[in-house]
Amino acid sequence: MCGIAGIIYRNGNGGRPLGADMTRMLQSMKHRGPDSTGYALYGPASDLVLVRFTLADANDPRDFEFTERLERHRAEVEARMRELGAQIMNIEFDTEYAFRAALRYDGDLKRLADYLEDVPGCEVLSLGKSLEIVKDLGDAESVADQYGLGKFEGTHAIGHVRMATESDVDISGAHPYWAYPFSDVAVVHNGQLTNYFHWKRRLERAGNRFNSECDSEIIAVYLAEKLAAGATLEDAMHQSLDELDGVFTYVCVTEDALGVAKDELAAKPLVLYESDDLVALASEEIAIRAVIDHEIETYDPYERQVLVWTR
Amino acid sequence: MDSLVGERRITYDARGLAEPHAEAPRVAEIEGSAARFDAKDLTTRQINLELRRLLYELGVTDVTVENPGAKHSLAVGILTRCRITFEGSLGYFGCGLGDGPEIHVKGRVGWSSCENMMSGVVVIDSNAGSLTAAAIRGGDVVVKGQVGARTGIDQKGGTVIVLGDAGSMTGFMMQRGRQIICGDVGPGLGDSMYEGTLYVGGKVKSLGIDCVPGEWTAADTELIERKFRIYGLGSPPELQKFVCGKALYNYDNLEPSERKLVL
Repeated sequence: MCGIAGIIYRNGNGGRPLGADMTRMLQSMKHRGPDSTGYALYGPASDLVLVRFTLADANDPRDFEFTERLERHRAEVEARMRELGAQIMNIEFDTEYAFRAALRYDGDLKRLADYLEDVPGCEVLSLGKSLEIVKDLGDAESVADQYGLGKFEGTHAIGHVRMATESDVDISGAHPYWAYPFSDVAVVHNGQLTNYFHWKRRLERAGNRFNSECDSEIIAVYLAEKLAAGATLEDAMHQSLDELDGVFTYVCVTEDALGVAKDELAAKPLVLYESDDLVALASEEIAIRAVIDHEIETYDPYERQVLVWTR
Repeated sequence: MDSLVGERRITYDARGLAEPHAEAPRVAEIEGSAARFDAKDLTTRQINLELRRLLYELGVTDVTVENPGAKHSLAVGILTRCRITFEGSLGYFGCGLGDGPEIHVKGRVGWSSCENMMSGVVVIDSNAGSLTAAAIRGGDVVVKGQVGARTGIDQKGGTVIVLGDAGSMTGFMMQRGRQIICGDVGPGLGDSMYEGTLYVGGKVKSLGIDCVPGEWTAADTELIERKFRIYGLGSPPELQKFVCGKALYNYDNLEPSERKLVL
């Protein structure tokens, strides 16, 4: 089933309680997906490159040298960052396996991501100047507590509560997906893609990597490829309506925009609320009402609709 | 606001049933045959239990619910004649499985509202989600805003009136009843319908399989004018009529046992 949510503050200056708002939205949709919860949050833009990466999955067996191995791999990741000319300004961890690094780096992001992911167990969740992807098993409140998201301030975000149907319950199967190797782009998706293998093979041949068996990862990489070729977000999303097959409602975010697309059957739900200072959208109105206290006017977009808002 | 989130307060038993030990909160203010209560701090099950207590045990016939807060599954399975007013929006599956109530929603409803309704009236002041009035057998559903996709899927009776636009596959697999859509409709109108009538005021993006324009009769005019008069919707727009082309009909009129005798 899965639940998706998005929020963008218009005229945002980065000072909004984004993490707390998104947690409330996702927690109210826990019944749509209790397996894992994920966030793609945009904080104030910096000139540093932010890397969120994991070195193990939450449900990996804790064998005898688990901690020691993590430590070794982490040292290896840091060494590789330096080797590519990145200056590590800060590196911190929220759990024993999930890290956040701030780098001074102006090289190729694909090269960085590929080199880091060559370390055993390493998965780069997100890379960008303001994008941070946080995902883990459990409901929104437990993930927010674990990663301290209650204090996160920013301009826009998307989130996802997952009921795993197509692949495993683990962090790499959780949404949102970063649009590897494209900076600051992420996607959440509710639905199933039926031409998944077709697109996966095609994108892999073009040099992209996939970390999961989850069909939704395709959308992120698909859009990234279009954006890299010079398409606007809106055009790329319009093309996806013809080229991706299946049922879907997905939300894509970039550094300054948030877009949503619905398949031609309008098979998956989405409720939209627009006001002068924010746009909020979710699979169910109850998620929007979790951040807006009064009665509101909302509507459901129709089939094949693509809508994009900028902050 | 915390009550809207609510998930933390809801308990489940070993079978996964939500709030198995909930009781009616007894918070309504009752005045004669009318009652009113605030649903802001109540869970879904508490709201429904309070409604049932008022309607079935105390003989109240007119209930007003404040702050429904887009919660799901409210006023489901109400099987008595009564009047219910929601002063706000409902979530999914609102007002389903009803037989008799007259419900007024002063907001919007989510997916699958009024599904499987047997009789009664639901008037929705704003928009409705997809699958509105799915499989209804009777009664009237009036949506004053727009509706999503597959309105009246598997409809087996009753009337759906929509003043705004409707999405794709409106009247999908409809078997009986009527839909009056005053605005535009999306692709696949009346796809695979068996019987019933669709009236559309605006543009039709495309007709579904075996849905064809129908011949207008005096009975159509009378029905539409009467329905618009009952709900105070003004004068109806000019409408086109669509029915089943019956080109897909491949029914054998004989029962299997009869066929043996004939053949």
